[in-house]
Amino acid sequence: MARYILRRLFWMIPIILGVSLLVFTLMYFCPGDPARIILGQGATQAEIESLRETMGLNKGFFPRLGEFLVNTFIRFDLGSSYISKAPIVTEIAARLPQTLIIATLFMLTGVIVGVPLGIAAAVKQDSIVDRICMVIAMLGASVPNFWLALLLVLLFAVNLGWLPAMGMGGIEYYILPTLAGAMGCIAVQARQSRSSMLEVIRSDYVTTARSKGVSMRNIIFKHELPNALIPVITCAGNDFGNSLGGALIIEQIFAITGMGQYMVQAVFNRDYPVIQASAIFLAIAFSLIMLVIDLLYAFVDPRIKAQYEGKPLFKRSGKKVTA
Amino acid sequence: MKSKGKFRNSMFGQVVYRLSRNRMAMFALAILLIEVILAIIAPLIIPYDIAAINVKERYQEPSAQHLFGTDKMGRDLFSRLLYGGRYSLLIGFLSTLFGTLLGMLLGAVAGYFGGRADNLIMRGLDIFQAIPGMLLMIVLAAVLGTGVEVTIIALTIGCAAGNARLFRASILNIRSMEYIEASQSINCSPAKIILSHIVPNAMSPMIVSFTMGMAINIVVCAALSFIGLGVQPPTPEWGALLSDSRADMRMHPYLVIFPGLAIMITVFALNMFGDGLRDAMDPKLKN
Repeated sequence: MARYILRRLFWMIPIILGVSLLVFTLMYFCPGDPARIILGQGATQAEIESLRETMGLNKGFFPRLGEFLVNTFIRFDLGSSYISKAPIVTEIAARLPQTLIIATLFMLTGVIVGVPLGIAAAVKQDSIVDRICMVIAMLGASVPNFWLALLLVLLFAVNLGWLPAMGMGGIEYYILPTLAGAMGCIAVQARQSRSSMLEVIRSDYVTTARSKGVSMRNIIFKHELPNALIPVITCAGNDFGNSLGGALIIEQIFAITGMGQYMVQAVFNRDYPVIQASAIFLAIAFSLIMLVIDLLYAFVDPRIKAQYEGKPLFKRSGKKVTA
Repeated sequence: MKSKGKFRNSMFGQVVYRLSRNRMAMFALAILLIEVILAIIAPLIIPYDIAAINVKERYQEPSAQHLFGTDKMGRDLFSRLLYGGRYSLLIGFLSTLFGTLLGMLLGAVAGYFGGRADNLIMRGLDIFQAIPGMLLMIVLAAVLGTGVEVTIIALTIGCAAGNARLFRASILNIRSMEYIEASQSINCSPAKIILSHIVPNAMSPMIVSFTMGMAINIVVCAALSFIGLGVQPPTPEWGALLSDSRADMRMHPYLVIFPGLAIMITVFALNMFGDGLRDAMDPKLKN
């Protein structure tokens, strides 16, 4: 198992370097001169030239790329913002917790609400319960989350006045963002758990358990659920990973100072080091999360664990002869 | 009904038959067709000029004259919404089409040739997919700027990687079939094998992914426009309409309700139709 984890971590290196190269190249070809952005419209040509010199902007693509990679991965210095001049590392550290909280809330709500919906639908397949659950899931998958956020603000904050429309603070500030952002996760989880539950329901071991007279309750909770829930982990992990970068509109609408809001602001300010650093940082976080999902998978499913460890499940004698 | 029976024997006929029995999918298809037709004939039927500013009539509530009301400049929301469908639907359609084609090209090369080409392409895709989707869109928007064409390009790049992976998996599956071995043995060229044997058989997951992908791209496009990237107001793309009226939301909620409904209905119909299509193409996969 340790070997598998090491191998996966090792594979992350080229991916992260690739992402850095990609993002750096994209930023390199971005329109606009950074020196002019920093100095503003009133700067003279001489000032701009001298700043370009000190920032090393006059060097070619490869020297700048090398410098960037050394700074990022060896000195762990992500540079500082053009606009606020603050080091990006501290800015990210201040904003990351907000985004992590939001992403966790989305993921948990998706699992807590979506999975029971999906299981109810599968157990009562083709009944009215099934239909209702699936229409809810379909609507949840179709409603744009930013629009839902606007509607929720209109209803609960503007008309009813029950919850704050935006800002940060106690639990009440997280309710509307979570409702709006988790709708997609709920829909995905409901559909996923319904279909994997249906698959399990038809499997032979469930038929065997039934024929032996095991109670319906025991079948559902002991035989079906543990097997049907494995894909839920993947979905939850994907939801979490995507929310890291994808919650940015929700962050914008509710004025939550997270990573997404930071990046969007940077795009409007043409603050390239911030875009570059946040994108690379989030890509690393995303890859790590994907790795954790794979490991969790192995943790709950001995079959997959056996695969990772490289041991064949059963010895297949005839196989070698044919190959 | 001899002819009908014959029709049902072809694979395409069977898919159409099964699809036509799925009421939800047919309902979704009807919605989509109506939307497309409305978008095409929009310039002929809209009651008001989409750009005409009429300050006297600003912020009119929905009424018989202005079905969906008017915005801060007195422009008729109903007309703008109908016309905006041209942008939203076309951006969604073209970006998904290009993304699917690009993905299929990459996936076909990777899946068919395998080895080094496969490795190179797949590692490249790994890099693109290591960046969460919306984040990639933001970065691309930062580089490419805003506008209709640019948004199509960004969305195309965004959805190509997933399609390439899907098509590659589908191809790997088919490549091991005996009829491919048979065509190789009679010296068919790779291009011929890919185009006339593999692609037709690997198409069905791509068609399903196309409808669902178009739904995603319409939402992502609207989301980008909403935060001020993507398509800019006064172009009446649905996300841009939302972004344009966001500040007036509290006093005039109808200005954000109708564009959002338009997006949601379209996406809902595309997802429904995609679901029906998947069930019709591969009944084994149902549920």
